[in-house]
Amino acid sequence: MSRSVKLAAVALLCGVALAVANSRIEAQQIAAQATMKTSSKLGLGRPALPEEIKAWDTDVRPDGMGLPVGKGTVKQGDVIFQAQCASCHGEFGEGAGRWPVLAGGAGTLKADRPEKTIGSFWPDLSTAFDYIKRAMPYGNARSLSDDDVYAVVAYLLSMNDIVKDENFELNEKNFTSIKMPNASAFYDDDRETAERQFWKKDPCMKDCRSAPKVTGRAISVDVTPDNKSGPKVD
Amino acid sequence: MSDKSSADILNRRKFLGAAGLAGAGAALSAMPAMAEGAKPDPLITDVQDWNRYLGDGIDKKPYGVPSKFEKNVIRRNVSWLTASPESSVNFTPLHELDGIITPSGLCFERHHSGVAEINPAEHRLMINGLVDKPLVFTMDDIKRMPRINKIHFLECAANSGMEWRGAQLNGCQFTHGMVHNVMYTGVSLKTLLDEAGLKPNAKWLMLEGADAAAMNRSLPIEKALNDCMLAFAMNGEALRPEQGYPLRAVIPGWEGNLWVKWIRRIEVGDQPWQTREETSKYTDLLADGRSRKHTFVMDAKSVVTNPSPQAPLKYKGRNVLSGFAWSGRGTVKRVDVSMDGGRNWQTARIDGPVFDKSLVRFYVDFDWNGQELMIQSRAMDSTGYVQPTKDELRKVRGVNSIYHNNGIQTWLVRSGGETENVEIG
Repeated sequence: MSRSVKLAAVALLCGVALAVANSRIEAQQIAAQATMKTSSKLGLGRPALPEEIKAWDTDVRPDGMGLPVGKGTVKQGDVIFQAQCASCHGEFGEGAGRWPVLAGGAGTLKADRPEKTIGSFWPDLSTAFDYIKRAMPYGNARSLSDDDVYAVVAYLLSMNDIVKDENFELNEKNFTSIKMPNASAFYDDDRETAERQFWKKDPCMKDCRSAPKVTGRAISVDVTPDNKSGPKVD
Repeated sequence: MSDKSSADILNRRKFLGAAGLAGAGAALSAMPAMAEGAKPDPLITDVQDWNRYLGDGIDKKPYGVPSKFEKNVIRRNVSWLTASPESSVNFTPLHELDGIITPSGLCFERHHSGVAEINPAEHRLMINGLVDKPLVFTMDDIKRMPRINKIHFLECAANSGMEWRGAQLNGCQFTHGMVHNVMYTGVSLKTLLDEAGLKPNAKWLMLEGADAAAMNRSLPIEKALNDCMLAFAMNGEALRPEQGYPLRAVIPGWEGNLWVKWIRRIEVGDQPWQTREETSKYTDLLADGRSRKHTFVMDAKSVVTNPSPQAPLKYKGRNVLSGFAWSGRGTVKRVDVSMDGGRNWQTARIDGPVFDKSLVRFYVDFDWNGQELMIQSRAMDSTGYVQPTKDELRKVRGVNSIYHNNGIQTWLVRSGGETENVEIG
């Protein structure tokens, strides 16, 4: 098979359910990709040095990949948390004002108003380490040492009653043994099966329902900015 | 009163009428009949300033801005939504736009630690992990690679999220404005990954930003190699700082959070990282207490932008109904519009280009006799997916899933033309 015939066949397979104009675009894209595949490397960029990778690659996975060597106790974490975190998140992670609540909310996920915290909702402890190390404290990110992060995560485990002992030390060796309460309550996107009824051939066009009645109005809630006066000019 | 000052007053009145909502609907009229003894329009019979005096020269605005009469066409925020404006969102003024391209300065913003200001000469992109050769690129390197151009919508996963429990915000800017649609120029992710060389066990990428949130998300390799890109330009010029200047990810059809801005690193791995933005956030809590994760695709959705609460009907007789539709699963095939709350539907006219995973513009030209309307729109995409009602979605998901609300919007047009965000039953 010649290359152009092959491309046409691929285009036909991919584009069979799409409009003609669309399959033309698709064919062009596939042709462009194929060209790139057969061409040699561009030779752009330069090797990343180990020091550079170490500086930026701080991410941590649920299996512990990426955890640095380090340690911190609940008690040590308490001290750091009160100094660095409590002004927004509250002394016990309960949240100040509208800042995020980090602890509590156990058993509320089926409630009318669920409280989704590290303890009640987060499936993996690695996420807390990764996120705090990369993005917290808010406004002064990357300022905590690895030991500080271990200690703060230990304190958050304690505030969420996942560890009970204030002398508990979290480190790179025992990290993956901690199980999060809500770990098993997540599953991959299943819309294509669970919501299959939304794919339908001929949606109703005439006399589809009884006369509708208004059941809720945004103006009764009245939380829209500038709702009454309309947009201001100068 | 001199001629000049009366013309001034008329201009001023016209300006206010066009700019504000105040009084909209109050001056409802049918097509103006030319009554006996009608006065000639001074806007025609008097010589106007702009017809007499010189305007600005070509050296006044090296970078042009919209007319001063369009000052109300701006992004708006809702201060009660978030604790801090640096980790927050604002909204595209959809009701003021037409066609399908969002002007760059009006594209909604969503940041997690504010806008990073990065000199492109100091920006670096690293690829590491399961690759043959970890690499570092400068922006100059990236601009020497083969380029592609694509038009796609970017919709925040939380667009319409405040509406899960009922009608809350009165205006399509607020209910649907976490979306924009621009042309991106950049390089395909595949081009970049090929330079580093993927190991056979490469299954997932982690994209990471250079801002103070260092936003990170996991992306399946199939999607990355299929149609994703890193863009350095939008609508023909460099990205705006608030859209990730100098470099951002473009993940067509998928939730906006994956479109990592100020992107500085791509790590290749064999499993997802379960980052904060794919566990604590951007997971969808259902009524049984369990949660969907990795709900990447944005389903087919539409909204009527005119009339809408911020753009009420002003005239009886001839009117243009207009709106946007989009789908992350493919192209928009059809948009139906109902004027009676979903009892009866007519197929709207789609005008302008229809691209894959892009906004399309639809219209219904109609006569209005002043009767109350319940306006809805319903999008269908190339996979046969039909935009559901909010009640249909709630039946499957409950009201606490925050994200992915693509339910049908209802606008109640009252007899005076005022338009409201309502729920109907």
